[in-house]
Amino acid sequence: MTSYVLRRLLFLLLSLAAAMVVLFFLLRLLPGNAANALLPLDATPEQIAAAEAALGTDRPLWQQFFEWAGQMARLDLGESFISQLPVLPEIAVRLQVTVPLTLMSFVIAALLSVGIGFVAGYRADRWYGTALSGFSQLGVAVPVFWVGILLVWVFALGLGWLPSGGFPRRDWAYPGAALTALILPVATIVIVMSASMSRYVRSATIDVLGSDFLRTSRALGATSGEAMLRHGLRNAAVPVIAILGIELATTFLGAVVVESVFTLPGLGTMLLTAIAQHDYPNIQGILFISTVFVLLVGCAADIIQRVVDPRLRTSLSGNR
Amino acid sequence: MKKLSLTLLASVTAATMFLSGCAGGGAGVDGGTDASIAIGSLYEPQNLDNTAGGGQGVTEAFNGNVYEGLFTLTDEGAVEPLLADSFTTSDDGLTYTVTLREGITFHSGKKLTSADVKSSMERVVAEDSKSARKSSFDVVESIETPDDSTVVYHLSTPSISFPYNLSYIWVINGEAKDLTSTEDGTGPYTLGTWKRGNSLSLERWDDYWGSPATNGEVVFTYFTDATALSNALLTNAVDIVTTVQSPDALTQFENNSDYVVSEGNSTTKELLAFNDRVAPFDNAEVRAALYSAINREKLLTSIWGDYGTLIGSMVPPTDPWYEDLTQVNPYSVDRAKQKLADAGYGDGFTFTLDTPNYDPHPAVAEFVKGELARVGVTMNINVITPDEWYTKVFTERDFEATLQEHVNDRDVVWYGNPDFYWGYDNPQVTTWVTEAEQADSTDEQTATLKLVNEQIAKDAASLWLYLYPQIVVAGSDVTGYPVNGLNSQFFAYNIVKE
Repeated sequence: MTSYVLRRLLFLLLSLAAAMVVLFFLLRLLPGNAANALLPLDATPEQIAAAEAALGTDRPLWQQFFEWAGQMARLDLGESFISQLPVLPEIAVRLQVTVPLTLMSFVIAALLSVGIGFVAGYRADRWYGTALSGFSQLGVAVPVFWVGILLVWVFALGLGWLPSGGFPRRDWAYPGAALTALILPVATIVIVMSASMSRYVRSATIDVLGSDFLRTSRALGATSGEAMLRHGLRNAAVPVIAILGIELATTFLGAVVVESVFTLPGLGTMLLTAIAQHDYPNIQGILFISTVFVLLVGCAADIIQRVVDPRLRTSLSGNR
Repeated sequence: MKKLSLTLLASVTAATMFLSGCAGGGAGVDGGTDASIAIGSLYEPQNLDNTAGGGQGVTEAFNGNVYEGLFTLTDEGAVEPLLADSFTTSDDGLTYTVTLREGITFHSGKKLTSADVKSSMERVVAEDSKSARKSSFDVVESIETPDDSTVVYHLSTPSISFPYNLSYIWVINGEAKDLTSTEDGTGPYTLGTWKRGNSLSLERWDDYWGSPATNGEVVFTYFTDATALSNALLTNAVDIVTTVQSPDALTQFENNSDYVVSEGNSTTKELLAFNDRVAPFDNAEVRAALYSAINREKLLTSIWGDYGTLIGSMVPPTDPWYEDLTQVNPYSVDRAKQKLADAGYGDGFTFTLDTPNYDPHPAVAEFVKGELARVGVTMNINVITPDEWYTKVFTERDFEATLQEHVNDRDVVWYGNPDFYWGYDNPQVTTWVTEAEQADSTDEQTATLKLVNEQIAKDAASLWLYLYPQIVVAGSDVTGYPVNGLNSQFFAYNIVKE
């Protein structure tokens, strides 16, 4: 197991390095440059040249790449081209919005979808099982931003219960106001995510229900509930953990869209602004942090799967 | 499991109800002289230094509020002394002597001296300056500070716009540091907090030299899309929206007594700019023909309804040299066809219009395409991003025609620069623009720029499709806000909330 974890972490580092190389060069393919975003319409060619020299974007690409790779190795994310302020503290501030948004959404969506999916699968023949499957089909079909707009329309503009967007400027100094600002964004992600996740839980449940070991357990005298509890849930959990890992990463990235619908000052809106302005240090910093996060989650999901399911351990280590 | 999810739902609902009860907490005082005014804007500063690429947003928040110049451009478009107590001009127009107002201090407590005024100008013209106004000060040869309250500017050629140009130079404490994230000005507000991606607050400064602000605090709240901004106004999260960019949003505020919709004077022009260097657009007849082929009145109505103004040249009504020139190239399909035939394009031609991908340009492009088809001209629409526009159109001049909004006031003078992206090259106009700047009096300047104005209209140097409306929407309990917002300024110090 330890050697597996080590191998997995090494693989993580290699993936990260590969991702950063691809990222760096793909970004440079975007038309336009940061000097233009910084300068007024009637800037002279001399002004543009001076700005490019100051930003270092006039140098050969390979030179820029190696300098940046060196910075990354020292975990130095540099300074924004546009605001000229350090990238890392700015990301830290933005995470105060994105992390609570992602975690709250994920935990609520995961609990809901395990509940909904299990009932929809275990009671697929009852009317409420069918109704729950219907809900997830519907939820999968609608885009996130549309759900967000709908919620704003009903709860902010219509009923006036909740703000239509924005975040208190004193952040979490008034937790009530901050949480209020996050209710609709969280609800938006939860609706869409629990719909898609509950489908996986439902099909995992149905698979287990039809399995030989459950039938055997029933034959040995267990009630269907006991059989499900003792053997069913643990087996159904294996594919679900893998999906949850992927979905946590998706929630984090999906927050980009939701933050922009609700004008939340999180990592997502920071990324969109940075892309529009060719603010490479900011873009690269955000994507670096996000990539690390996604890879770590994937890694953790793999390891947890192995803990839950001994079969994975033996079969794979047997191959090596 | 079923029970668990139901309990969860119930607790989420309960939390929602509880929290909505305490929403809006921490918003500050509601009304009166210490009121907190929330202003919704689409233009967040990039940073807080207008010589380091701070952009339109920092002008909106800081100009006149946090920083002041020797002169100010009022919301009505007049240039008036502000930190300057008085000024004199030498007979040859080459020397401006400015006496500073007495007893002014910066927010840090330091006394304002002529040395600060000099260093403020030096920041704008410095080699690494990203100021939009840098080239306006090419005429400044040297600056002298004979004593603490006198500044003498020596110019290489007379410059009638000098006081106007000085209104863009913020007077900043020469010893201040970290100006991209802090400030040290002389204005009626100090910087409160700036939460990037969210808001910027200004607090009334009690030691201000002039009349104190009529509110205690101003919070600029930033949005990335117009719909979210309108929603914020509808839910009272903001009191004022500085510029409404979405015509659709207006219907929600018109005929609603809770809101006041004000239309001010705009300087933003929607231009169809040709590359006047390339055939057939090097021919003024062809350009004029296309201008006459477009029903601009119908275009403006389709985009903005009853708002906006038609113009016949680059000059908006707030510039001193404005004349109504809409009839120089009137809408007439017959005139358009005749001119095309005269120019040898009776059978029409085909060209490509590079169209920025944001509103209103794509809609304008479709409209123009339909209009030109009627006179036998085929226009292809090539949609590009703002970045591509800068690179392809503005820098490389690799285009036949393009759409662009031009926001500045007094920018007709760009037609005097044959190297500008649109490549309009009329030596007579270039001479007039130079003469106007070196004029002895504003009357002479105005008269000469009127000639420029008329000539570019005759030459149809570009097609000036319409002037955007400048619309401010505010709650009806708020008064005293500027409605014109010239050059992106937004003076907040007279705003009163009941």
